[in-house]
Amino acid sequence: MTGTIDPVVVNLTVFVLAVFVGYQVVWRVTPALHTPLMSVTNAISSVILVGAILAAGSGENGPGAWLGTVAVGLAAINTFGGFLVSQRMLEMFKKKEKSQDGSKK
Amino acid sequence: MTANQVALSYLLASVLFILSLRDLSDPASARRGNLLGMIGMAIAVLTTFAISHRFDLAIAALVVGGLLGAVVAKRVEMTQMPELVAAMHSLVGLSAVLIAYAVVSDPTAFGLETPIPPGNRLELFIGTFVGAITFTGSIVAFGKLAGLGKYSRLFSSAPVVFRGQHFVNLVLALVMIGAGLLFFAASPEGQWPPFVFMTVLAFVLGILTIIPIGGADMPVVISMLNSYSGWAAAGIGFSLNNPMLIIAGSLVGASGAILSYIMCKAMNRGFLSVILGGFGGETAAGAAGGGEQKQVKSGSPEDVAFLLSNADSVIIVPGYGLAVGRAQHATKEMADKLTAKGITVRYAIHPVAGRMPGHMNVLLAEAEVSYDQVFEMENINSDFGNTDVAFVLGANDVVNPLAEQPGSPIYGMPILEAHKARTVIVNKRSMAVGYAGIDNPLFYMNKTMMVFGDAKKVMEEIVKAIE
Repeated sequence: MTGTIDPVVVNLTVFVLAVFVGYQVVWRVTPALHTPLMSVTNAISSVILVGAILAAGSGENGPGAWLGTVAVGLAAINTFGGFLVSQRMLEMFKKKEKSQDGSKK
Repeated sequence: MTANQVALSYLLASVLFILSLRDLSDPASARRGNLLGMIGMAIAVLTTFAISHRFDLAIAALVVGGLLGAVVAKRVEMTQMPELVAAMHSLVGLSAVLIAYAVVSDPTAFGLETPIPPGNRLELFIGTFVGAITFTGSIVAFGKLAGLGKYSRLFSSAPVVFRGQHFVNLVLALVMIGAGLLFFAASPEGQWPPFVFMTVLAFVLGILTIIPIGGADMPVVISMLNSYSGWAAAGIGFSLNNPMLIIAGSLVGASGAILSYIMCKAMNRGFLSVILGGFGGETAAGAAGGGEQKQVKSGSPEDVAFLLSNADSVIIVPGYGLAVGRAQHATKEMADKLTAKGITVRYAIHPVAGRMPGHMNVLLAEAEVSYDQVFEMENINSDFGNTDVAFVLGANDVVNPLAEQPGSPIYGMPILEAHKARTVIVNKRSMAVGYAGIDNPLFYMNKTMMVFGDAKKVMEEIVKAIE
C-alpha cells in the first residue's frame, strides 16, 4: 500500500462514523422533546455558517464574498433563532419541574 | 492559529454538538444540552473568524441575521413551531447553495486548489442540489403549514397531483444529474452553465416533490426536510474538506431520518408512499360518504363536568384540534380542578398528535402541564381498560378503532385505545372526518358522549361547571 489517502476518503470515514453516532444518540432522545430536538438540530446545521464566514472574509471583493455575506446572514437567523427558540421551549419543560417541587413540599 | 489548532477547535465543537443531542434524552438535562450546542457553535464561529482575512462583512451579516433570529425566536407562537422549523430548513438549504456558489467562484478562499479537484466538484454538486431541494421544498412545506393555500395552489394543504407527475420528476432528476456530471467534467471556463442549470432544476424539483404531499403527512415532510438540511450541510463539509461540518450535518441528517421513520410508523405509512404523495385531503375524502346514518349521543359541557367529577381516573387525549382552538390552558385548568378533587388525570400523546414530532408535548408544556402527567402511547395504552373516562379533545384518526380491523384503510396504524375506557367523551367541532377521510366508530359507541363546539369555549364551560 503506497500513496496518500484522498481527502474524499477521509471525509467519507468521518461521515460514516458521524451518521452512526447520530443514529445512536438520536434514538435515545425522549419523544416528548422531539420538537426541541428539531429546533436544536436546525441550529446545529447552521454551522455551515463557518463556510459562509470564510467566503465573506476571503479578502477578495469578488462575488464570492457577497454570496458569503448573504449566506452568513441567512445561517445566523437559524443559529440564533434555533438555539433561542429551543431554550424558550425547554424553559417551559423546566417551569413545571419547579412547580412540582413546590407542590411536593 | 495553525491548521492543527483550527482542526482541534473544530473537533471540540463537534463533540459539543454530539453531547448537546445526547442531553436531549431527558427533559432535566435538555437545557444543558442546548447550552452545549451554543458553546460548540460559538467555538466554531470564533475559530473561523481567527483564520479569516476580513471581518466587517461577516460580522455585519451575523448581527443582522442574529437579531432577526432572536426576535423571531422570542415572538413565535408555539402553535407555529412547524412553520418556523420549515422556514429555518429553507434558510439552511439556501445558504448551502450560496456557499457552494461562493466556492465555485473563488475556491482559494476556502483553501481549495484551482481548478477545484474532481472529488470536491462531485461533493459541491451533491451539496448544491440537496441544498436547493431543501430550500424550495421547505418553502412549499412552510406555505402548506401556514395555510397559504388561499394565495397559491402550490401551498394547498390538499395534495397537488397531475398526470405523469412521477415521470416528470424522474426526468427532471435525471437531467439534473446529467447537468451535474457536465459540471463535474467541465473546465473552469465552462463550468457555470451546467452548474446554474443544475441548481435551477433542483429548485424546481424541490417544489414538485413536496406539492403532492397532503397536510396529514406534514409531520413526515418536516422531518424529512430536517434530514435534507443536515445532508446539505454535510455536503458542503465534504466540498470544503471540513470534518466539523460533516459531523454536524450527519447528526442532523440522521436525526431527521429517524424522526421521519418514527412519524411514518405512527401513521402506518410507508416512507415511499408519503414521498410519492397524493394522500389525505380531497382525494381521500370521497371515501367518507355513504354508509347509513348512525346515532350519536351528544351532551352539554355540564354533562361532561358531571361525568368527570364522578370519575376516579381520567385520561385526556389531546389532538391538533386542541392546539388550533388554543384550549391548552383551559384544559390544564380543568385538569387542576379534577386533581384537586383527588381524581387521577393523565394525558396520552400519540406520536402524530400535532403537526410535527413532539408538538403536542410542547403545547402542553407551554400550558404548564407537568411532564410526569404526560404519557407516550406505548406507556399508557394498557391503562385505558381500567380508566373511568377517556376525554378525547380534537383528536380523531389517532383514536379510531377501525385501525384494529383488517381491511380498513388505516388498518395497522397504532392508536390510543380510548375506546377501552369505561366512558368516552369526545369534543369535536363537527362530525367531519379526520385527515384519513374515514368515519370513526368510536363516536357511535354506547359509552361515548359527544360534546360539539369550539375546544376552548367548551373547556371553559366545563371548568365553570366543575364545582
